[in-house]
Amino acid sequence: MIAILDYGSGNLRSAQRAFATTGHDVQITSDLDVALNADGLVVPGVGAFAACMNGINEINAADVIRQRIKSGKATLGICIGMQILFSDGLEYGNHKGIGMWDGVVSQLDAPILPHMGWNTVEITGPSRLFKGIEKESFYFVHSYAAKQSVGSSQAWSTHGEKFLAAVEDGALCATQFHPEKSGRAGLTLIANWSAGL
Amino acid sequence: MTLSVRIIACLDVTDGRVVKGVNFTDLVDAGDPVEMASLYDSEGVDELTFLDISASSAGHETTLDVVRRTAEQVFIPLTVGGGIRSVDDVNKLLRAGADKVSINTAALQRPELISEIVDRFGSQVLVLSVDARRARTESGFEVTTHGGRESAGVDAITWVEKACALGVGEILLNSMDADGTRAGYDIGMISAVRAVSKVPLIASGGAGALSDFAAALDAGADALLAASVFHFGIHRIGDVKSYLSAAGYSIRTPNNS
Repeated sequence: MIAILDYGSGNLRSAQRAFATTGHDVQITSDLDVALNADGLVVPGVGAFAACMNGINEINAADVIRQRIKSGKATLGICIGMQILFSDGLEYGNHKGIGMWDGVVSQLDAPILPHMGWNTVEITGPSRLFKGIEKESFYFVHSYAAKQSVGSSQAWSTHGEKFLAAVEDGALCATQFHPEKSGRAGLTLIANWSAGL
Repeated sequence: MTLSVRIIACLDVTDGRVVKGVNFTDLVDAGDPVEMASLYDSEGVDELTFLDISASSAGHETTLDVVRRTAEQVFIPLTVGGGIRSVDDVNKLLRAGADKVSINTAALQRPELISEIVDRFGSQVLVLSVDARRARTESGFEVTTHGGRESAGVDAITWVEKACALGVGEILLNSMDADGTRAGYDIGMISAVRAVSKVPLIASGGAGALSDFAAALDAGADALLAASVFHFGIHRIGDVKSYLSAAGYSIRTPNNS
């Protein structure tokens, strides 16, 4: 079973449908026991960094994520759900993230923001998520990003400057883009992720 | 690793059916929105927009259902506009499966609606739709309402600057002079809006020849929206993308669509 963490970040229906294409049962939940014990946990996120962290803190979800990674349970952060896995975020002030990775999420240095639309990635390290879709485009909507290398495999993209588009780090994976909105390439990435569950 | 130019197909929807008129009159029924969305997705369109032109609240309810059914089978970004007057309207559409909403008249009447939506959902969900035409205003462009029939009494460039300051995430610029003519986008208007905005800019209205799409990009558009040229099969999505790719623009070519 795949759980999608509901901590007040709006529409999760399309994510639910996209993950359900893998054949897994998919539950949208804010129940921490369900989130802790699911085979796979998806941490979505829209809005600002601080608002997302407030939502996470309100339901005490940070500990669930830490415990899952300690016991090797697959967890995937998407968009702001990726950003809050870092230690610090600079959107509307300096905010602490969950801190699974050391690094600062800062604004992209680009003439047009948000970075909105389809972009390709460059993969460094051995990737499971991008198997068969290395050359595809993925859908991004964000103005902030992490720029430090973390994890065992990274996907990089560029908008004004180079930034981290995805990370694979054992049980913990994250994408800055929206795989659930990235057409067939996105569904393939979701299938690749869930194949390990 | 360059951001691709986005090709957006716009479906005007009323009471659950797609329509597209020339200059917003003389409507012609062009099909089922869910089916068309799915078709455009398989042809490689980068984004979809539903413009709900229903006059009644029952029509808007039908649109929610269309959005739900589309989001269940089409996994690319979906923007919905038309008749949105409140944060609650936005919430309903996002919950039905829309990724973004576009607002127009309601923001003109009450600009604070922009900040209310942005505060609640973030600027990335909010597209400001500007129906503009050439006029004797300060910039030479004015905002219109009622599908281009009436002046809103607001200079288009001044309005864009104000809306950007209030936090809109994207601008959809519709040329009311060019809409439905297939005589080309209004290049001067695109350049003028580009000059005062730092958010993504979608050009709309007037797409006809393939070279029109390139001209709008050269003027500063980040994305290109068209309706009738796609609905009536004058160009396929792939034709536009092949043309732009050959001309050196970065486009998305999904290899398994």
